[in-house]
Amino acid sequence: MATKTGAGFKAGVQDYRLTYYTPDYTPKDTDLLACFRMTPQPGVPAEECAAAVAAESSTGTWTTVWTDGLTDLDRYKGRCYEVEPVPGEDNQYFCFVAYPMDLFEEGSVTNILTSLVGNVFGFKALRALRLEDIRFPVALLKTFQGPPHGITVERDLLNKYGRPLLGCTIKPKLGLSAKNYGRAVYECLRGGLDFTKDDENINSQPFMRWRDRFLFVQEAIEKSQAETNEVKGHYLNVTAATCEDMMERAEFAKEIGTPIVMHDFLTGGFTANTTLSKWCRRNGVLLHIHRAMHAVIDRQRNHGIHFRVLAKCLRLSGGDHLHSGTVVGKLEGERDITLGFVDQMREDYVEEDRSRGNFFTQDWASLPGVMPVASGGIHVWHMPALVEIFGDDSCLQFGGGTLGHPWGNAPGATANRVALEACVQARNEGRSLAREGNDVIREACRWSPELAAACELWKEIKFEFDAVDTL
Amino acid sequence: MKTLPKERRYETLSFLPPLTDQQIAKQIDFMIDQGYIPGVEFEKDPTPKLHHWTLWKLPLFDARSSQEVLNEVRECRSEYSDCYIRVVGFDNIKQCQTVSFIVYKPNTQSRY
Repeated sequence: MATKTGAGFKAGVQDYRLTYYTPDYTPKDTDLLACFRMTPQPGVPAEECAAAVAAESSTGTWTTVWTDGLTDLDRYKGRCYEVEPVPGEDNQYFCFVAYPMDLFEEGSVTNILTSLVGNVFGFKALRALRLEDIRFPVALLKTFQGPPHGITVERDLLNKYGRPLLGCTIKPKLGLSAKNYGRAVYECLRGGLDFTKDDENINSQPFMRWRDRFLFVQEAIEKSQAETNEVKGHYLNVTAATCEDMMERAEFAKEIGTPIVMHDFLTGGFTANTTLSKWCRRNGVLLHIHRAMHAVIDRQRNHGIHFRVLAKCLRLSGGDHLHSGTVVGKLEGERDITLGFVDQMREDYVEEDRSRGNFFTQDWASLPGVMPVASGGIHVWHMPALVEIFGDDSCLQFGGGTLGHPWGNAPGATANRVALEACVQARNEGRSLAREGNDVIREACRWSPELAAACELWKEIKFEFDAVDTL
Repeated sequence: MKTLPKERRYETLSFLPPLTDQQIAKQIDFMIDQGYIPGVEFEKDPTPKLHHWTLWKLPLFDARSSQEVLNEVRECRSEYSDCYIRVVGFDNIKQCQTVSFIVYKPNTQSRY
């Protein structure tokens, strides 16, 4: 549909539907596609509302301006090309919009989000709006560096193959001195964990300044590595008040030879994250990504941004690990939906599959994969399910499940490592972890007193919450 | 309550009791089923960040059964009985190593 009438400038409020709702349009391979879940205000027709979404997230302004006459709107406007009711919901619609690639700056997640989830989310004709999925065209995707290293390079660097990695967040999350913190790290690592982690709240507070923490933790890494003969690491959180502070911490981390740093990509912001990610590739430092604030954005079913979009954006911005829920722990997420965005993090090509929440086929064009991190409320009895659900290319993090062991951090770490390896061995031998998982753990308890003690402590704990996230 | 003794480890499966030949065979069968190319590596005094252990012959591109790989492990063990030995696996589609687990530790008395 042509946008210009050739009749000159006519002031007034636009009827978006005429310009931005184009059901006959066939999206191009180079278009960026978005799927929104839209809840119009009562009385507003779906197509009109969908057109407004396309307009407000691309070239539209509420009223006509004379300078529209100086551009070719057809080349730049977003087009709503499909509207369909959400099954089982009253007055909710999936609205599909195609955006020409030239609307976006190369290599900028920040720019994409500023357009797609900017002013449009406050638009009056909408009661609520949720960005469900984005399809990045390969041509645009190729302008991003993506994860600094990716899963396969990380494994090569760490010398760890054929099993999930094991981690643990050091607790209490606030209030330890740097030296006491370093001891907790050392005990975890020597017990058999691959990684420990700064809690996201730990930046550089009065009780523990960042430089002191980095030095004590690095000593813990080196000592445990020398004693166990395995590669160890700790996600040193470089999230800071300014990008300059962040980079200073990252540079120091590299200087002391630590293998991995950490960033909180939503509170820190995509621009800072992309800067750090590019630095990490240049400097051979792995990058662990935390996701504080995600639930503010992704928890409501009818409003906000689905986590799969945030995960896809992070893969573009860059990160080697990303927290993605556990499915089984205290932070419940629906299994197929979780695996749907885990596919988006790890795989090179993901087919459209509504049952997994993937609205578009996404070709990742050899961008490195991001390792999903399952963390929060999990312990040894969850191990079979976690190995079954997430497979080898994942990082399983037992915080309380390590530090809460009755004999301390090192035996707690050993319990988890033994449980993990018993599960991997059993799976590879063809046993079903879903059916025989508990037997596998019990058998290992016979020869591992550390695991037996853990199983004794945690056997009664159950987590039963309804999943919030369904399509 | 027990203090965890200090013990050297060798990554994947090194926290299990030493694998029997039958258990090793099952791991190799799994690897071959996945389409991975098995291989054998050995090293006398491996350090944590030593990425390249010495390759025993070449990766076993034509191996169809775990027995063929196990025979190579045995042969390697008799020739280099003072060395650590691990079985590795390569994925030529993803172009990366995917498997590595320890199958022989010389003169060590593992607690497990």
